[in-house]
Amino acid sequence: MTIIERPSLTPVVAGSGVSVGVKPSQAYGSLRRPVSSTGWRSWVFTVDHKKLGIMYGAVAMFFFLVGGVEALLIRAQLAGPNGTVLSAGLYNEMFTMHATTMVFLFVMPMAAGFANYLVPLQIGARDVAFPRMNAFGFWCFLFGGIFLNTSWVLGGAADGGWFMYQPNANALFSPSHGIDFWGLGLQITGIASLTGALNLIVTILNMRAPGMKLMKMPIFTWMILVVQFLLVFAIPVITVALFLLMFQRAFGATFFDVGAGADPLLWQHLFWIFGHPEVYILVLPSFGIVSEVLPVFSRKPLFGYRFVVFSGAAIGFTGWGVWAHHMFASGLGPVSVAVFSMSTMLIAIPTGVKIVNWTLTLWGGKLWFTTAMMFAIGLIVEFTIGGLSGVTHAVAPSDTQQTDTYYIVAHFHYVIFGGAVLGIFSGFYYWWPKIFGKRLSEKIGKWNFWVTIIGMNLTFGPMHIIGLQGQPRRMMNWTEARAGEGFFNLGFWNRVSSSGAFILACGVGLFLINVIVTTRKAEKAPLDPWDARSLEWMTSSPPKEHNFDSIPVVHSLDEFFHRKYEENHETGELTKVATAEEVLADLEAHADAHIHMPSPSYWPIVLALALPIMGYGIIFSRILIVVGGLLVLLSMFAWTLEPSVADDTDYDPPGDPRADDGGPTKELATHV
Amino acid sequence: MSATTEHLERAGHDSDGHDYVEHHPDSFYVKIALALALLTGLEVTLTYVDIGALFLPLLLTLMVIKFFMVVLFFMHLKFDSKWFSFLFYTGLGLAVGVYLAFLATFRFFMSS
Amino acid sequence: MSDLALQPTQASEDVHAAGHDDHGSHDDHGLVHATSTGLSNNKLGMWLFLGSECLLFGGLISTYMLYRGRHSANLGPDQIYDIPFTSVSSFVLLMSSLTMVLAVTSAQRRDERRMNLWLTITALLGATFVGGQVYEFTSFYHEGLGFTTSLFGSSFYTLTGFHGVHVTVGIIMLMALVGINKRGRIPGDRAEVVELVGLYWHFVDIIWILIFTLVYLIPS
Repeated sequence: MTIIERPSLTPVVAGSGVSVGVKPSQAYGSLRRPVSSTGWRSWVFTVDHKKLGIMYGAVAMFFFLVGGVEALLIRAQLAGPNGTVLSAGLYNEMFTMHATTMVFLFVMPMAAGFANYLVPLQIGARDVAFPRMNAFGFWCFLFGGIFLNTSWVLGGAADGGWFMYQPNANALFSPSHGIDFWGLGLQITGIASLTGALNLIVTILNMRAPGMKLMKMPIFTWMILVVQFLLVFAIPVITVALFLLMFQRAFGATFFDVGAGADPLLWQHLFWIFGHPEVYILVLPSFGIVSEVLPVFSRKPLFGYRFVVFSGAAIGFTGWGVWAHHMFASGLGPVSVAVFSMSTMLIAIPTGVKIVNWTLTLWGGKLWFTTAMMFAIGLIVEFTIGGLSGVTHAVAPSDTQQTDTYYIVAHFHYVIFGGAVLGIFSGFYYWWPKIFGKRLSEKIGKWNFWVTIIGMNLTFGPMHIIGLQGQPRRMMNWTEARAGEGFFNLGFWNRVSSSGAFILACGVGLFLINVIVTTRKAEKAPLDPWDARSLEWMTSSPPKEHNFDSIPVVHSLDEFFHRKYEENHETGELTKVATAEEVLADLEAHADAHIHMPSPSYWPIVLALALPIMGYGIIFSRILIVVGGLLVLLSMFAWTLEPSVADDTDYDPPGDPRADDGGPTKELATHV
Repeated sequence: MSATTEHLERAGHDSDGHDYVEHHPDSFYVKIALALALLTGLEVTLTYVDIGALFLPLLLTLMVIKFFMVVLFFMHLKFDSKWFSFLFYTGLGLAVGVYLAFLATFRFFMSS
Repeated sequence: MSDLALQPTQASEDVHAAGHDDHGSHDDHGLVHATSTGLSNNKLGMWLFLGSECLLFGGLISTYMLYRGRHSANLGPDQIYDIPFTSVSSFVLLMSSLTMVLAVTSAQRRDERRMNLWLTITALLGATFVGGQVYEFTSFYHEGLGFTTSLFGSSFYTLTGFHGVHVTVGIIMLMALVGINKRGRIPGDRAEVVELVGLYWHFVDIIWILIFTLVYLIPS
C-alpha cells in the first residue's frame, strides 16, 4: 500500500533538541502546520500545485469578466455619435483598467494557472520545487488584483492609459490616487509573477522524470520555460519603473518632470523594455497550448518539434531587442529607429516559423475537429492577421502614421485575443476532462467557438479601417459631422465594432453556460478522451494529490503515445499495443512505497496579505506601512521556522503512521 | 529572500554533489581579498593622478576585474555547475546589453 | 530514524547527503531522488534570482547615469562626493565578502563556532557600511542635497538607497542565521543555507563594486 507522507523535514543540526518521538509542534514551539484536506481551509492553506492552478484559473476568469464588462462599456460609449454612457474621466479610467485587467489580471495569471497545473504533470513531478512560494505567488496575484480594483471606490481608478506615459501620469494631470493604486498593485502582482517564474524554472530544470531530457519535454512546458525566463528578467525592469513612478507621485521626486529637466522618455524606455517581452509573455503560453492540441487532433507528431522549441527561444531572446518600436513617434532619432525597425522585422521570422510548423502539422493529418482543435486553428488564422499588421508597424514611416490610432488597437487585439485568448480557450476544452474529470459539451463548444470568432472579427476587424481613417485610440466620442462618407464612414464601422463586442460577449457567455452545464452533468470523461500524447494524461482524471503513483521513466518525446502505440518500422503503420487504462494500471502496479507531499502552510497567505496593507499605507497612512512591514517580518520568520510537518495528533482522525491498510496514510518523519 | 528561506520542501530533490568538489584553503580567499583591496586602492589613486584619456578605460577595466574576481572565486561560479553560470550570465548579459542600448538611444555615449 | 539525520560528526559529503535526503531515515526507502541537473533547487533558484536582480540594478544605475549631470551648479557629483570616506566604506564592504567566504568554509567544515563568529563579523562590517551610508546621506542633506532637490539627487538616493536596503536585508539574514543556528533550528542543510546567504551577500558587494566606480570615481 502506498503511504502518502507529509514532507519530512527534520532539521539536520548537530546537537539539536529534536529527538526521536518528539512531536513537531513541541520541537517548534507554537508554530504548527495546517492539516485540513477538505473545506475552505484545504484551499486557503494549500500548497498543492493543482489546487493553486485551479484557483489561478478561477480568479483570472473572474477578472476576464470584469475586464470584459469594462470593454463593453467602452464600446457602448462609442456605439453612437456623442456617446454619453461614460463621463470623460470615467472613460479614461475604463480603458486604463480594461487593459490593465486583461493583461495583468487575466492573461498572465491564466497562463500561470495552466502552467501551475500542467507543468509538474507534464514533466512527471509530484509538485513544484517550492510549493509554499507557489501559494505565496497566487495570493499576491489575488490580493494585488483586489487592491488594484479597490481604487474604483477609493477615489477613482487609474486613468493614464495602460502604459501610463509620463508626464501625463503625474499628480498634476491625474490627481486622484488611481495611478498610485495602479503602480503599487502591479508591484504586488509583479512579485507573484517573479516568484512564480523562479519556481517554475527550477521545477522544469530540476524535477523532470528520469529520462526526460530537455529535448524530450512536452512543447507546452518548453514554451512555459521560455515565458518564465522572460518574466524573471522583465519584471525587475517594470519594478524599477514603478518605483520611480511611486517616488515621483508619493515622495516628490522629479524623474519624469520635464520642468525639472527630466526626460519623459525614461519612463517609455523602461516600460517598453518590460513591455515588449511582456507581449511574448502573454502569447507564448498559448503557442504552447496549440502546439499540444494540433498534433493530438491531427494524429501526427508536431512538425519540427526542434524548430518550434528553438523559434520559441529565439522569440524570447529577440523580444529583448525590439522595445523601441513602440516609440517610433517619440523622436528617438533616425539611427535608433532604423535599428529597432530592423530588429522588429527580424522577430517576425521565428514567429513565421511557428505558423509554418503548425500548418505542416495539420498537413496530411487525420483531422478531428473538436472545439479545442477549432480554437487552435482559429488562433493560427487570427494571430497571423495580427502578426501581419504587426509587420506594418515595423516599417517606421507607416508606423508613424498608425501610432495611437485604432489601427494599433486592432493589431494588438488580434494578437492578444486572436493569439493568447483563443489559445486559452483551446486549452480549456482540451484539458477540462483532465482537470475536472468531465468533458465540456462539444455542442455548446462549437457555438462558443463560432460566436466568439464572429464576434472578435466584427469587433476588431473594423478597427483597422477606423484607425487608418485617423480615429485616435482613447477618443471618448465621435461626431457624425466628422465621420466621413461611404465605405470609410467611421460611424458605420464604430457601430459594427460595438455590435461585434456584444456578440463576442455572448460567445464568452456560452463558455460559462457550457461550464455550468458540464458541471451539472454526471457523465465522466474517459481516461484518455483525445488519444493524447504527453505525460499529464498518464494519470487519473482529475489527478491524485500526488499526481503519479510511480514516476514514469521517459524514453521519448510523446511518451504516453509511444506507450500506447508501436510503429512498424517497415510500413510505418501504428498498432495500438495498450490502452490508456492499461498504461495507468502498469504505473499503479509499481506504485512507490513512500510518497512525500508538502504540508499546507498558513504563512504564504499571511505574507501576501501584508503587501496590500503596506500598499494602502503608502497611499493613506504611514502607520499601515509599519504594520505591514512587521507582518512581513513575522510571517517570514514563521515561514522559515515552521515545522516541516504537522503533528500526528492534529489529524482528525489522528493518523497512524504504521497503518498499512485502508486509504493513503500520512507518515511523519519524526516517527520511526 | 524567499528563495533562501525556502525549506527543502521537496524532500530528496536537493542532492547536489558538486558543491564541495573544489576545496580551497582559507588562505586562497585571503589572497583574493588582498588583490581586491589592492585594486581598489589603485582605482582610488587613479582618480587623484591625471593620466588623460587612459583614465576611463583603465578604471572600467579595474571595475570589471574586481567584479569577476568576486563572482568567480568568492561566489565560486568558476568551480560550480555551468547551470549557475548560465542563469546568472543570462541576466547579466541582458542587463548590460539592454541598458547600454537604452543609454545609447539618449546619445549618452556621444556627450561623454 | 535519527541515525542519519542527527549525526553531528560525519564527513561533509555524508552529512550533505543526509541533509538533502531528510527522509533518508526510512531504510526501506533507500533511493535518493536526484534532481534532473543534480543541483540543489535552492541554489538554482538563488542564482536565477541574482540574474534577475542584475536587471533591477541595471535599471537604477542607468537612470542615475542618465541624470547624474542634471543638478544646480554647486550640488553635483563632483562637488559633493567625499571620495576618501566612500573608499573606506567600500573597503569595509569588500572585506565583508572575505569574512562571508570564511563563514561558508567554516560551515562546510562544520566548524560551528567559527561559522557563527564570521557571520557575526560579516554582519558587523555590513552594519558599518550602512552606518557610513547613513552618515553620508545626512551630510549630503546638510550640504543641501535632498531627495527632491535635483534629478541627480533623486536618482543618487534611489540607487544607493536600494543598495542600502539590500545590504540591510542581508544583515537581517545574517543575524537571523546566527540566532536560529544557536537554537539549532536551521532547516535543511545548514552549509547550504549559509552558502545561499553568502551568494546574496557577495552579489550586494559586486553591485557596490559597480556603483563605487561608475557613480563615485568617474567624474560626470
